[in-house]
Amino acid sequence: MKLLRPTLAIAWKDVRLELRSRDTVISALVFGLIVVVVFNFGLNRAPGSLAPVAPGLLWVAYSFIGVLAMNRTFARELEHGGLDGLLIAPVSRDAVFLGKALGSLVFMLVIQAILLPVFAVMLGLPALSPVLGLIILLATVGFATIGTFFAGIAVQTRSREILLPVLFFPVVVPIIIAAVEATALALQGGPAGPIWSRWIPLLVVFDALFLVVCSWIFAFVFEG
Amino acid sequence: MTAPSEPTAAIAVAGLRKDFGDRRVLRDLTLQVGWGEIAALFGSNGAGKTTLLRILAGLARPDAGQISLAGRRIHRRSDHARRLIGFAGHDTLLYNDLTCRENLAFYAQLYGIRNPAAHIAAVLRQVNLSDRADRRVRTLSHGMQQRLSVARALLHEPVILLLDEPESGLDQTSIDTLGQLLHDWAAAGKTALLTTHNEQIGLAWAHRALGLNNGGLAYDNRLSR
Amino acid sequence: MASPGRRAAGGNSLLRAARSASLWFLLLTAALLLADGYLIFMVAPTDAVLGDVQRIFYIHVPISIISFLGFFVCAVAGIAYLIRRSERWDRLAHASAEVGVIFVTLALVTGVIWARPVWGVWWTWEPRLTTTLILWLIYVAYLMIRHYAPTPQQGRSWSAVVGIIGFIDVPIVYYSVQWWRSIHPVQVIGPEAADDALEPIISRILIFSLIAILMLACYLVMERMMLRAAEDNITELRRQQQDASPDY
Repeated sequence: MKLLRPTLAIAWKDVRLELRSRDTVISALVFGLIVVVVFNFGLNRAPGSLAPVAPGLLWVAYSFIGVLAMNRTFARELEHGGLDGLLIAPVSRDAVFLGKALGSLVFMLVIQAILLPVFAVMLGLPALSPVLGLIILLATVGFATIGTFFAGIAVQTRSREILLPVLFFPVVVPIIIAAVEATALALQGGPAGPIWSRWIPLLVVFDALFLVVCSWIFAFVFEG
Repeated sequence: MTAPSEPTAAIAVAGLRKDFGDRRVLRDLTLQVGWGEIAALFGSNGAGKTTLLRILAGLARPDAGQISLAGRRIHRRSDHARRLIGFAGHDTLLYNDLTCRENLAFYAQLYGIRNPAAHIAAVLRQVNLSDRADRRVRTLSHGMQQRLSVARALLHEPVILLLDEPESGLDQTSIDTLGQLLHDWAAAGKTALLTTHNEQIGLAWAHRALGLNNGGLAYDNRLSR
Repeated sequence: MASPGRRAAGGNSLLRAARSASLWFLLLTAALLLADGYLIFMVAPTDAVLGDVQRIFYIHVPISIISFLGFFVCAVAGIAYLIRRSERWDRLAHASAEVGVIFVTLALVTGVIWARPVWGVWWTWEPRLTTTLILWLIYVAYLMIRHYAPTPQQGRSWSAVVGIIGFIDVPIVYYSVQWWRSIHPVQVIGPEAADDALEPIISRILIFSLIAILMLACYLVMERMMLRAAEDNITELRRQQQDASPDY
């Protein structure tokens, strides 16, 4: 209870700010489209034949969007003096962490939900399935956890634009692998066995482990 | 041990040291501020004024030394200390796209304040912003934002107020409002520590003038009222 | 002012003692490495299939093992630093991360050289090689974070948490890459890695090589820690120097 109230307050505050300005969601949507367009040319494929690489493309776009969204939600705190306002309050650091992560998770899920049908049309993805929703949710929880943690560090430096991706991408490699493989299986409609025996458990373990570890050590990010 | 007859100091700092890289910002700083006292910290840029306030607010960790607030030793991440302290620094810590009331309501949630609406109305009155309560912070003048920042610092009824250059960018009306507020504050037996570059205002508001130089206490003058 | 100055001087005499001890350590390490070179190039049998290039195996395997060990030490020292707040733990974490990055780089380079004759390609997304690459990226970020932190205190705390997260992540990376590879088999020409069923002479030389290179790694970590201690001493003296110039 002591953790829940400030966590929700912080997340709700971020959501409300975003509803007012909409700058994160709009810039992330445009960025996501640009990623698909650029990759389309970069991969130099015949028109309409992007389907085999679609799961990879989808997750490359989603992870780039994740970095962008995370940078934005922390940049907003910077407008008026970093996270000091949250840090002087009698709120535990794990609540600050969970609140920021929850806010970022909501943004990313909204952005992904809007982009998914667009990607489906552009990349020629087959019918979407509920299991894909679960994969996206679990992978995005991992992105939000790691991304929020490192954004908390990067935002305090002068080179946050470069530091966040440098810290974020190597660590989320397992999520990207699991999400791409599971998405490919889900879209093929073939044997769903490995989704449940390997990739979903991997995502769950990753999420649970890092949610606990990151909220535990987040306090050390704000010491100076 | 402090004798019961002798009230403990509101702020007591002993042997405080803080380094930023190869710069020693605070060196063995020792000072006390009593209850009902307004103390003004003077000193050039880089003398350690802001650092001291940030350490007292729990935003920075000292490299050595002890801090007691209201007679209690403060350890790292003490929620108790955070409730005692109201802090208004260079940054307003307000969200531009929320209204005054929404900003304060958010902080009320963080502090777990019961009956937030009444508290919010009260602090807005104190800083003369009642008529702007539902305006977005973005639309307020700098002076109003500063005053709202003070309201935010007062919201949870702290007993020790830390103000970092509160007079900067304020118009005369805002300065008068703040001066009155500090006067009432001290009269109620509460304590404030503020930094300032403006000697005139600092001397007008404070009971004590503390001079910081090179991370240490250079002078400590009690001002006659 | 005298007492911190004396403390710094006391640190210096400790430093001198450590320096003479480290000289003996260096001589011993050098002797072991020379012997190791002799064993690898003169004693070890030439591989029937791969020929002389297979000898890099005696260097690549120990270096890879030790680089992972370095990051284990880094993570543990990082945890100890966050709990104890002692600069010594931070020096150990910092030194083992730096030496670790050098060793991972060497492991990748020797891995590439080793992959060419064994698998027929310079680079393959083989689980161990891929995990090593990710490890390298994480710990390069670890060193970057120290560099980019506005204050050294932040650099210490931040790199400690990055070290902890990186260390937890590496096994997950390994499993995910292994599963991923089982779906997308990498083209392999020639025999698979020759590490199953080693001849006794080969495994004995491998263990000797592991010890010699471990000694080298320990020596480098020690030397780096002493360098950091000296750097910290200079910083402390500089802070005290400011007394003389109050206008600073």
